[in-house]
Amino acid sequence: MENLIDIKGVRHAYQTDSGPLPVLDGLEIAVPEGGFVAVVGPSGCGKSTLTRLIAGLMKPDQGEVWLHGERVRGPRATVGMAFQNPVLLEWRTILKNVLLPLEIVPSKLTRKQAEERARFLLSLVGLEGFEDKRPSELSGGMRQRASLCRALIHQPEVLILDEPFGALDAFTREDLWMTMHAVKEREPFTGVLITHDLRESIFLADQVVVLSGRPARTQYVLDVPKRGARTLDDLYTPEAADQLNILRHQIEIAQGRAPAEEAPA
Amino acid sequence: MTRHLRAFGVPIIAIIILLAFWEWLVWFNAWPTFKMAAPSDLPPAYQRHWNLFLTMGWQTLWRTVLGLFLAVIFGTMLGMIMGFSRIMRDALYPILVGFNAIPKATVVPIVALMFVGQHDFNTVLLAFMISFFPIAVSVSIGLSTLEPEYRDILRSLGASQATIFWKIALPKTLPEFFGALKVAVTLAFIGTNLMEIVSPHGRGLGALFDSGRTNSDFPLMFAVLIALAFLGIVLYYIVVALEKIFAGWAERSPG
Repeated sequence: MENLIDIKGVRHAYQTDSGPLPVLDGLEIAVPEGGFVAVVGPSGCGKSTLTRLIAGLMKPDQGEVWLHGERVRGPRATVGMAFQNPVLLEWRTILKNVLLPLEIVPSKLTRKQAEERARFLLSLVGLEGFEDKRPSELSGGMRQRASLCRALIHQPEVLILDEPFGALDAFTREDLWMTMHAVKEREPFTGVLITHDLRESIFLADQVVVLSGRPARTQYVLDVPKRGARTLDDLYTPEAADQLNILRHQIEIAQGRAPAEEAPA
Repeated sequence: MTRHLRAFGVPIIAIIILLAFWEWLVWFNAWPTFKMAAPSDLPPAYQRHWNLFLTMGWQTLWRTVLGLFLAVIFGTMLGMIMGFSRIMRDALYPILVGFNAIPKATVVPIVALMFVGQHDFNTVLLAFMISFFPIAVSVSIGLSTLEPEYRDILRSLGASQATIFWKIALPKTLPEFFGALKVAVTLAFIGTNLMEIVSPHGRGLGALFDSGRTNSDFPLMFAVLIALAFLGIVLYYIVVALEKIFAGWAERSPG
């Protein structure tokens, strides 16, 4: 299967007053079409830099980022992004917020079709009836749902999620996990999810990449077997406990709190 | 209905109470008009000079509004330059602060000498000079504090800087802009009147005030002050109305 996202040997350093600060050093990530990869790692290990590289918002010092067989050299319309901060435009209604990318990206949809699609996406994430509300009238979880719709409206090849559920309470977060599965079923996408939540990573993704501490390289890759429709109960099975144990151990290695007894994958 | 009654009734009652207190204060202390005129002295002053109040009030008004308009254009452009460029912000901020710290009353004679006899121009210039600062600062802060994610959302789709400015940066800055405009409105009045009062052969309400002073017509002086206050209130609420139209979204509904 052809990889939709290919990150090959990426190194990057930020220039600071006290010299270059390497954040990425030998990053290898491959995501097949339709795949969903979660990236976990210690705080400040360059995960957000990774999202900016994939989105073409910056260029790596070394190495290559490929999307759909094309080398990424700048921003491209085939990417959808959602952040921890939902960054909705307060002066627009929810519907107009979701439609925003179509004002930038050339689209085959007519105005009416675009609006229908936006309404469909909003109903998919459970925001039916909120189309004409302002973002300030919505709760944090609802705003994040709207932000997700905006990231999907232009049918991006790649959905980049940078800790989108990080600021939500545990129950809202679990609700949104279920929503993500519902969305992926109706609106297939290839996804990269940056997260701090190991349970989230194995629940949503089919591959979890553990990054080492700064400068980050690919330290470990865990394949999460697909089991069809997932429910929250799947997180309380022995398999899930095993996976979480492995990941937690890998994070400890990445943090330098446990010795690396095995060669990194 | 009761909401409208409260919105208009409460401020009007407050003004009436203030005027009553003022009247009582003058009456109680038995102050002569050259110490302080009472509100009841004002209607005769308006009656005697109503045509002057109309023409001079208009002169003050249009010059203030024109100065303010120029301040909005210049201040917004300056704010954009400082908001988008770190270097320009570092370079211009101290100059701006220094310029703003100069008491504008000291600038009046300089300007009056520089452009002798061009009273309209001088007045507009001073109204402009005194009121562009808060606008420039608010726009620059609004733009420079734009969260990077807002930029990234559009930039990742290949949007140009101009598109990002029109779609996000500008509307997001509007609440700060209107906050500054409310300050600038009253400042512009101060600028206009400084020039009108200080420069010889001035026009506008400031000149009317000055003629009241030279003729020892004290009720007239107070009448001018109240007229200025009235104009200030009108202009201020025009800005509030504009704010409701263009940045009403920033107002959270109570509860």
